[in-house]
Amino acid sequence: MSEFKVTIRPRDNNIHVLELKGYLDAHTTPVLEDSFQKMLNEKKYRLIVNCKELSYISSAGLGVFMAFIEDVRANNGDIKMSDMSPKVFNIFDLLGFPMLYDIVKLEEEAAGKFETAK
Amino acid sequence: MSAQHTYRSTLSIPSQTERLNDVREFVSALARTHGFGEDDINKITIAVDEACTNIIKHGYNYSPDKHIDVEIVRNGNDFEIIISDKGKQFDPKAIQTPDMKDYFQHYRRGGLGVYLMKRIMDKVEFDLHSDKNVLRMIKTLH
Repeated sequence: MSEFKVTIRPRDNNIHVLELKGYLDAHTTPVLEDSFQKMLNEKKYRLIVNCKELSYISSAGLGVFMAFIEDVRANNGDIKMSDMSPKVFNIFDLLGFPMLYDIVKLEEEAAGKFETAK
Repeated sequence: MSAQHTYRSTLSIPSQTERLNDVREFVSALARTHGFGEDDINKITIAVDEACTNIIKHGYNYSPDKHIDVEIVRNGNDFEIIISDKGKQFDPKAIQTPDMKDYFQHYRRGGLGVYLMKRIMDKVEFDLHSDKNVLRMIKTLH
């Protein structure tokens, strides 16, 4: 069975980091959906998805990001992504996801792209 | 016809998303054995995952007791993956290439599987038979 885990970590400037680990496919997408939903329920809209330990993503996984970005941005937040392996970035890039999302090398850089919290 | 094939291997899985990992391991191990590099192995693996996911979701409508047959045939430099199912048929011509700019502007979701398969494999063909659907995908070893 595919293994996939999300760990949520608060950081400075009212930002929350979702650390993804393992394989994100049609079987494991509910785990990420639940994590995003939890953030929205708690009105946490400044999100960084750290993909350092994300080994694999299919289009089902990409769909989760599409499902939440509109709500997050409507609340003046954003979903930014960081620390992707070239293999994972390649799939985001092939489908043009950098058109809609900030995808940067390091989490620190993603954090710097958020305005200072009021 | 089979005499000219240098290699053939098959795997049958139940139509359950929790079995996607089994298919990925099966296909990636064979692609590695046949000499593909990591980038191509990843692409082949994703293409097969996308195909099986579509069958489970759309062909079988998540019914867990159906089957998907995956066959790998190495023919010369062609690494061919043949995926068969007996689920609902669809018209491959009805699948449109998504306009990604419009897709992002309207926050669409889903519908990228076949497009992705076509982007990352050298050949993708759907054959609809009266008793089964057959998808053939080829990645050529260079």
